[in-house]
Amino acid sequence: MDIKILSETLGQCIIEIESFNTEVTLIVDRRSILTVCDFLKNDPRLLFDFLSDCCGVDRFPESPRYWVVYHIYSIAHNHRVSIKASLDDAKPVIDSVVSIWQSADWMERECYDMFGIEFRNHPDMRRILMPDDFQGFPLRKDFPLEGLE
Amino acid sequence: MVLNLGPQHPSTHGVLRVILILDGEIVVDAKPDIGFLHRGIEKLAEHRTYHQTIVFTDRLDYLAALSNNLAYVLAVEKLLQLEIPKRAHYIRIALVELQRIASHLFWLGTHAHDLGAMTPLFYSLREREAIMDIFETVTGSRLTPSFMRIGGVAADMDSSSVRDIQKFIANFSERVDDYEMLLTGNPIWKSRTCGVGIIPSEECINLGLSGPLLRASGCGWDIRKSTPYSSYDDFDFEIPVGSTGDVYDRYLVRIKEMRQSAWIVSQAIEGLPEGRWIAREQAAVFPDKQGVASDIYAMIHHFNLVLEGVRPPAGEVYHSIESPRGELGFYIVSNGGNQPLRLKIRAPSFVNLQSLVRMVKGKLLSDAIASISTIDIVLAEVDR
Amino acid sequence: MEEGRFYVGIVKIDNANIVTSNLDKIIHWSQKNSLWPLTFGLACCAIEMISAAASRHDIARFGMEVFRPSPRQADVMIVAGTVTRKMAPAVKRLFDQMAEPKWVVAMGACACSGGLFPTYSVVQGVDQIVPVDVYIPGCPVRPEALFDGLIKLQNSIKQG
Repeated sequence: MDIKILSETLGQCIIEIESFNTEVTLIVDRRSILTVCDFLKNDPRLLFDFLSDCCGVDRFPESPRYWVVYHIYSIAHNHRVSIKASLDDAKPVIDSVVSIWQSADWMERECYDMFGIEFRNHPDMRRILMPDDFQGFPLRKDFPLEGLE
Repeated sequence: MVLNLGPQHPSTHGVLRVILILDGEIVVDAKPDIGFLHRGIEKLAEHRTYHQTIVFTDRLDYLAALSNNLAYVLAVEKLLQLEIPKRAHYIRIALVELQRIASHLFWLGTHAHDLGAMTPLFYSLREREAIMDIFETVTGSRLTPSFMRIGGVAADMDSSSVRDIQKFIANFSERVDDYEMLLTGNPIWKSRTCGVGIIPSEECINLGLSGPLLRASGCGWDIRKSTPYSSYDDFDFEIPVGSTGDVYDRYLVRIKEMRQSAWIVSQAIEGLPEGRWIAREQAAVFPDKQGVASDIYAMIHHFNLVLEGVRPPAGEVYHSIESPRGELGFYIVSNGGNQPLRLKIRAPSFVNLQSLVRMVKGKLLSDAIASISTIDIVLAEVDR
Repeated sequence: MEEGRFYVGIVKIDNANIVTSNLDKIIHWSQKNSLWPLTFGLACCAIEMISAAASRHDIARFGMEVFRPSPRQADVMIVAGTVTRKMAPAVKRLFDQMAEPKWVVAMGACACSGGLFPTYSVVQGVDQIVPVDVYIPGCPVRPEALFDGLIKLQNSIKQG
């Protein structure tokens, strides 16, 4: 995969491109996540049609604290890329990519359940693993392992 | 009518709850409710060292525990950029493919049982017991071996285990013929499974389906061939691909995968290279037990690894393998400390289960049961 | 009379053989030899429970192959696996729905005491929700160990 295609077309949406071993990670601006993902999925040279995973990361005490990470794969071209976007510490919100990859549905619900990250325009934004009346977001660093009770 | 296919049910393969809205026998809508086995493994991993987490990975997909071990250990080795001896690769592949056979055997038995055929369950569990015996002699445990280590495997495979595996593989093809004789041409089986739970291949990809579900719909993606890990490119094997993507095709794909896995195991065992079963003298790798008892430096190294653990460089890595259920991936974020900052498990059953609604809407209730078991979910993996 | 011994007498009346015994002992004997378990596999231990029911280990030797999905028809609830906080109300409800006499077997480290998982979502032992009669440790419990625990349950039923 030619990384130059990404920086040429997406330009300012991409903040940084990291490389570790053979893995490429794009750090993107959270406001342009839909543009970036749409381009990655539909451009014929890229064709990232498979969303492997979407998860949240809490890097407390660093700031920005909340990140959302997407791992995508192209079955046709057999290449992978990861996308990271940092979120606002006080109110972590980002657009949902369910309209691009339907597999993001439950993955984003799990992000919300575990971190409290909200996804705009998600069809069913509610808890998935914890009971509906659960208080707190378990995977946040300030939530204790044994729970609050 | 709202019917609760509750968390306790013989056909839900664990604690899955599906709220079905029925109109007579037709399913109008289905809402899976998961989380009944959420144990907080990802949070626990942030409070344990990298070696200690190997034990939790067994309990994720407990029907394919060695695959889980392998996926995690490969991700950590990628982060540490460790070289693994060839013999360790081959032992890993032999065990993981035997595990694939064991997992598919259990799936076959329970899937047939859900659809009313009880006999295949007893046949397939008989073969599975033979595999459990092999695992017990090689790894020490039947179900949760925790046998993979960062750097290789926990112990070497000796010649008696190799003979046991050869004996198993020699008989296995006839056994699969037995299962096929019971089911493949059976008109009742075909009427219950043909045309049920169809998802076309573009939708499968969009839904994130992987593994036999995706391959049965016509897309031949298998991580063992596309991005070979652990020396899979040394082996010759085929990837069975279906055409219609219904429950019957998925059954055929898994049966063929069992045969291919047996072929891979026999290649791995015949071609097992000489050498060590674990990397030598690396900071992240446990020293040999004999050394620990006799050499002070080995003892100190062992002591440090047990108490402190390994400290990989700061960075992130995502590595996935082809588990019997699909793409099993581990995403590890390290901040240079001895515990991961974040461990995310990309569980194939979690993503595959999303397709349930698509499969059952507008279909009969009995087809819903066939659809649930064809996805081959393991709830511990779904809920983590 | 010795505690635990099963006394049987035979009385002949008009050429008919009448077997006499202690009613409690007969009831306990029939209960222990046909305990019907509830299908209640939660996690990994459930797989070993199913292996115990399969042909090699064969739980039918003990009269227990009749796994009932409905709690109304079951005698013993083998809690095999981790009980989470979300699942706990269901466990309690199933236990309440079972008819007396009923027994509970906690199979595995998770059911005994929370097992490997000291986390926010796991109940640290099913005895926090329901009374347990036999604890079987193990992770997972081998089928032989499950039988050992079930035989202990049978012996305790035999003794009343």
